[in-house]
Order: sequence, then C-alpha cells, then structure tokens
Amino acid sequence: MITVSDLRKVYRQGSREIVALDGVSLQVPKGSIHGIVGHSGAGKSTLVRCLTLLDAPTSGTVSINGAELSSAHDADLRAARRRIGMIFQHANLMDSRTAAQNVAHPLEIVRTPKNSIRAKAAELLKLVGLEGFEDAYPSQLSGGQKQRVGIARALASDPDVLLCDEPTSALDPKTTEEILVLIKELTERLQLTVLVITHEMHVIKRICDSVSLLEGGRVVEHGPLREVAADLGSNLSRTLLPLPAAEPLGTGVVLEILFSGDSASAPILSTAARKFDLDLNVLAGSVESLADVQFGHLRIQLPEGADPEPVVGYLRGQGVSVKVAGKEAA
Amino acid sequence: MNLIEDLTTNPGITRALPEAITDTLLMVSVSGLFTLAIGLPLGIFLYTSAPGGLRPMPVTNRIVSDIIVNITRSIPFAILMISLIPLARVITGSSIGPLAACVSLTIGTVPFFARLVETALRDVNSGKIDAALVMGSTRMQIVSKVLVPEALPGLVAALTTTLVTLVGYSAMAGLTGGGGLGQLAYNYGFQRFDTLVMLVTIVLMVILVQAIQWIGDGVSRRVDHRSAATAGRKARRHEPKAAV
Repeated sequence: MITVSDLRKVYRQGSREIVALDGVSLQVPKGSIHGIVGHSGAGKSTLVRCLTLLDAPTSGTVSINGAELSSAHDADLRAARRRIGMIFQHANLMDSRTAAQNVAHPLEIVRTPKNSIRAKAAELLKLVGLEGFEDAYPSQLSGGQKQRVGIARALASDPDVLLCDEPTSALDPKTTEEILVLIKELTERLQLTVLVITHEMHVIKRICDSVSLLEGGRVVEHGPLREVAADLGSNLSRTLLPLPAAEPLGTGVVLEILFSGDSASAPILSTAARKFDLDLNVLAGSVESLADVQFGHLRIQLPEGADPEPVVGYLRGQGVSVKVAGKEAA
Repeated sequence: MNLIEDLTTNPGITRALPEAITDTLLMVSVSGLFTLAIGLPLGIFLYTSAPGGLRPMPVTNRIVSDIIVNITRSIPFAILMISLIPLARVITGSSIGPLAACVSLTIGTVPFFARLVETALRDVNSGKIDAALVMGSTRMQIVSKVLVPEALPGLVAALTTTLVTLVGYSAMAGLTGGGGLGQLAYNYGFQRFDTLVMLVTIVLMVILVQAIQWIGDGVSRRVDHRSAATAGRKARRHEPKAAV
C-alpha cells in the first residue's frame, strides 16, 4: 500500500518560487492499480521524482507499507527504494549489459549469489515473455522488448510497489496494448500495488482501478474509475467518455445523458421515445466498458417544441444522469 | 643501394635507435598507466562533485577545475616540464632519463585526461542513473556499475587520445634529457644534421601514433553495445518471436 500525504514541492528560481506540487495526497491499496493523469506541466514528473525521493519533497510524506521514505537517509533510503520497482518511459536499460544482466542489476547491488541471480533473471525474462533473449543487448531489442526487460528488472527485487512513469508513452498502439496487458497480469499474479503516471487516458481506461487528475500540482478529481466515470460533467468523466463535437440540428432541447451498469443494457432511450411519443435524435455518443462496467455517454436532441421536463424526470427515475445542455431558443 | 647501406651502418640508427624506441615506449606506457590511475578517479570526482551531481561539492569542484584549467591551458608543456625537474629528482632520484620524464608527463596529461573522462561520463543518460538509484544503489555502485561501464567506449577513446598526446609530449621530454625518439631526433637530426635519423624517427613516430589510434578504435568499438550494428558483431541477432 502506498500512502502519500500532503506532498509539496517548491522550486526556487532566483527570488521566484515555483510550486510544482501543492499538497498532493493519495492512497493506493494493495493489489490495485492507481492512475495519475495530467497534462504536461501538471506536476507528474515532479511527483514521480518525489515519490522515489530522487528529489526531496519540500514537505509531506511518502510511505510504502507503513515505512516512511521521506524521512529516511542513506542506507535506510536505499533499503526502502528496494521495495519499489520502477518502469520508465524509455526503459533506461544499461546499454553495456545484456537483457539478463540488466535484470540482474538490482540483485547484484544487494550481493545476491551469482547462481541464484542467473536463475532469477532467466525466470523473470520468461515471466515477461522474453525467453531466449537473455544474451541480447538492448540495442538489438525493439521498444516493446526493452520495456519488457525494464519490467523484469523492476520486479527483480520482489518489490511491493510498482511505479510506472509513462510506461507506454514511447510505444506504438499495438505494443502499448501488450505492455498494459502484461502490467495488469503481473499485478494480479504478484499482488503488486501499482501507481501509473501517464498523460494517456487510454492507459487509465485499460488497466486502472482508480484514478487521480493532477492539475497545477493539485489532485483536482480522484476516485475509483467507475465512480469518476459516472460523475456526469466532471473533467475525468468527460475525458474518459469523450463526445465528439456535433452541431445540434434545429432548435430542439439538447440533453447530455450518462448511464452505467444495468441501465446501460436496458433499452431506456427507445422506451422513453415510445412513452412520450417523441423522435429522439442521437447527436453523439460513446459507449465503453470501464473497470468491467458498461458506460454510455450520449448527447441527444428532443424534437422542436417538445417539453424536456417529463423526459428528464423519467430518465433520472431510471438511474440515468441527465444534463440539459442547451435551452430551446425563444 | 646507398640508403639501405646507410640504414645498416649509421650508428644513430644501429646503436642509438633501439634504445630510443624502448625509452619512448617506456615513457608512454608508464606515464599512461599513471595518468589512467590518477586521471580516471579525478575525472569521476569532477563529474560527481559538480553542482547537481551525485554528491555535489561546489567549492572543491571549483578549485580542482581551476587548477586543471591552469595546468592545461596557461602553462605550455615545455615550461611545465622544466619547472618540474626538481620534483622529478625527488621522486625518481634523477633529473634525466625516461623515468624522470614520466613525472612531468603524468602531471601534464592527468588534467587533460580527467577532463576527457568527465566529458565521457556526462554523455551517460541521467535516466540510467535514476534507474540505478531507485534500485537502491550506493554512489560507489553507481560509479562502478553504471557510469564507468556505460561510458566505456568514450573512456577508451579518451585514453587513446591521451596516449597519442603522450607520444608528442614524450618527444618534447627528450629535449630536457628524457631520452627516447625525441632526443634522438634532436641530437642526431638537428645538432648533427643527420637527415636520415630525422626521417626514420618521424616515420617511427607516425607508425606509433597510428598503432595506438588503431588499437584504441578497435577496443572502443568492441566495448560499444549502443548501436545494433556494433552489438551484433558479438552476439547473435535476436529475431523477435512471440514477444514484441
């Protein structure tokens, strides 16, 4: 379990102070994957560096399984860091080492006996699907293979926590998918606690159980994926279930509706259309399964002159979130 | 032919040359070894103690940097060499001969090599250092398992350049009694107008420098795994199978 509380990082640039992290708090329970999304400049990189104490936070604490990192020094800090496995955007493998030697690196620094290092490195490479690549140098591997070696290396010290810093941002879509599946699989199999920092919403949708939105150094929205997605109108919901921009046709009232779970599978719209004898127009829609829950986000338009009140009331009664987007022009 | 006969009878070549060659090789190898032993740690120190380095020590770093700049840039080697004669006498017990020359040669090239080492280390991607830090590496482990191995091709190239410089410096050391090819060329070629000895010396120096450069480039390439083209020379090519 990772607990971050009130983490602040202030950089001094001459006489100016730049607040990179402004009181970030979060908790990731064991066995789950938490995503942190944000645009560049939101403080993601600073957060990663502060979590691993590569940069010392100005204030606040980071603890992993109850052991506090932020107050540790030298030997204690090194011991605490060994509980963290980290995956980087560009894998950051040593070019002078073969795949197996890269995986062995974290084991060498704690002076593991040579024989067990070799066995463990082979086993980890097999785990990430790179059997037979032990003697390949990073320059002979593709981007996805390098990232797999990076994952194997991160797991070498049997960490409790896996920290992923933009793990797929340098990969193509197909490879991204494969790496995400691998991370998800490993999380379940090894009961890891995973923190994924990314700017790609796709990564959040694909593997995360919960998510935080970072903006200007603060967590502005957070929660389990299914809850934030169901919160119609929130920034996270809008980016998780995006609607293409579409011009309304004519002057009918435009409604934005969001349904999830059971109501997503029931034919609510056509029932409403029949009940109120209205022709409903779907302007835009996005239907997706997030965290194993079906979500639908639609923009619909009522016919000109129709009164939206009863329809809105009916839909809300069915457990659907509704927002009246545009009032009928007078 | 006259030239062949000259080559086999000229005492400058038959008697003085073999000793000159050994002296030059001795000067280059001994001072090269000391330069490596002192310059490598010094270069690592310059890199790690720089602001933002692994263990920043701004003041010490500044002082060491200034001393280095002054030795390499302000003082011409010929002057440095003469001024270090007393020190050479203290260390080796003599102010002439190849071993005495090694003292000034080492002091003259250590700063040069240390700078090259620092530059080579700077080329190591900081992401690799971050990765090793997160593994829980100590600073010594960062140096021995990341910085030096990852910068090895650059370090070998730096040593090659330094050895080539040493060949030139050792010739200069010959002028103040260090012996070697430089002294041979000076004594025979300049003071006795013996053009043949002069030419032979020049050819040998060119061959020596070429050999050092050629070996250095070869070693540098062998330890370089950064591009697929060079890495593939040793290990077999790995064709992607199921994994991507």
